[in-house]
Amino acid sequence: MDLTKVDEVVERNGADPSMLIAVLQEVQVEYNFLPKDALRRVACLLNIPPSRVYSVANFYRAFSLVPRGRHLIQICLGTACHVRGSDRILEQIERTLSVRAGGTTADQEFSLETVNCLGACALGPVVVLDGEYHGRMTVSKVESVLKPVRAAAAAANPAGGSAATGAPGQEADK
Amino acid sequence: MGETMVTTKINGRETRVPIDTTALEAARSIGVEIPTLCYHPALVPYGACRLCLVEVKRPGHGGGRIVTSCTFHIREEGLEIDTHSERAQRDRKLVVELLLARCPNVELLQRLGKDLGIDKPRFTAQKQDENCILCGLCVRVCEELIGQSAISFTGRGPGREVSTPFLEPSEACIGCGACAFVCPTHAIEVQDLLQLRKLDKWGTSLQQRPCVRCGKFFAPEVELEKLSDRLELVKNWLQLCPECRREVAATDWIVGLRASPASPVRRG
Repeated sequence: MDLTKVDEVVERNGADPSMLIAVLQEVQVEYNFLPKDALRRVACLLNIPPSRVYSVANFYRAFSLVPRGRHLIQICLGTACHVRGSDRILEQIERTLSVRAGGTTADQEFSLETVNCLGACALGPVVVLDGEYHGRMTVSKVESVLKPVRAAAAAANPAGGSAATGAPGQEADK
Repeated sequence: MGETMVTTKINGRETRVPIDTTALEAARSIGVEIPTLCYHPALVPYGACRLCLVEVKRPGHGGGRIVTSCTFHIREEGLEIDTHSERAQRDRKLVVELLLARCPNVELLQRLGKDLGIDKPRFTAQKQDENCILCGLCVRVCEELIGQSAISFTGRGPGREVSTPFLEPSEACIGCGACAFVCPTHAIEVQDLLQLRKLDKWGTSLQQRPCVRCGKFFAPEVELEKLSDRLELVKNWLQLCPECRREVAATDWIVGLRASPASPVRRG
């Protein structure tokens, strides 16, 4: 695997043990998750024991040690969003994309994550798609929010787009 | 000798200790016993087990404050520390109840519970076979004293545990067994199977060195190499198992005595 990006990130931030989290954040942006070899390289460059790097990478929800999809959907299940029915929206997304919370679709397009508060309670229920906030979500708005991204994905990769459209419960529920 | 001393009252008894002494050390120095699980005099205090809770009062500042005595440094005059106040004991009892809910079958915890008057813990245990209380002694001894950092805490909240990086056999582990030695609940097992030293919890399996004299396997090669580097010991010395080392040392000494008539023992 190509680890030159790790070297670049460390160079940008400085090979300082206290930069560990900043380095990990940037490495994750590069690879979309934190590959094991990249973490070992970070440990080596920053002169931190691998056990400590693993411990930090493992602690924060923002870091993922398994590959994630090209697009990240975060749904807030915090108190304010919860009382406005975010659990039903979560179910709808799970059905639409055939993916469980915490998982990635078979075609590696979407990862679905639950979060506990995004600090935008007034907008609840909130869904974040690739960093873009969608407030006052409803079950019926799920389709329209996902549509542009799914269409783009299907256009870019016509063969692989089938998994996302093959949501079994989608038609039956209507 | 030129240390600043502060006076503090522990359980009503006045004592003078060097400034910055922890409440736990101060109490122990005058023979007051405070139970601990995560404290080790050779390691930096960590405050993880919460068993060493004491009540600290600053006269004229109202009610006391509950602190972990192992991390509470005495830095001012006239503090009043009550190691077994009603509040401290009540909180300590709760801590042990919670620990028992995590590790119901750890003997040490059962004994602590009995001492604190817990007949039946209020909380039900999730797992019967858990015996790690996450005190962090193993992690700290590996990092601070051995200098290997082979293991660390991973995960968070209920998923927190001690493990090797990536849950793979650690490359850094030298099989010294210090982690097992400091573990208060015997959650780590070290096995010596002839030529192999095994720590199954960390996936460690290391080749041991045989004693050049009796042939007994006595310690992992990597550990001995590390030791001889760190402690600047005579490498030959580490070719022998501890028993043979003692024997050789004893014979050398006796032979040496006989050989030199001017030895201090004879003169005396």
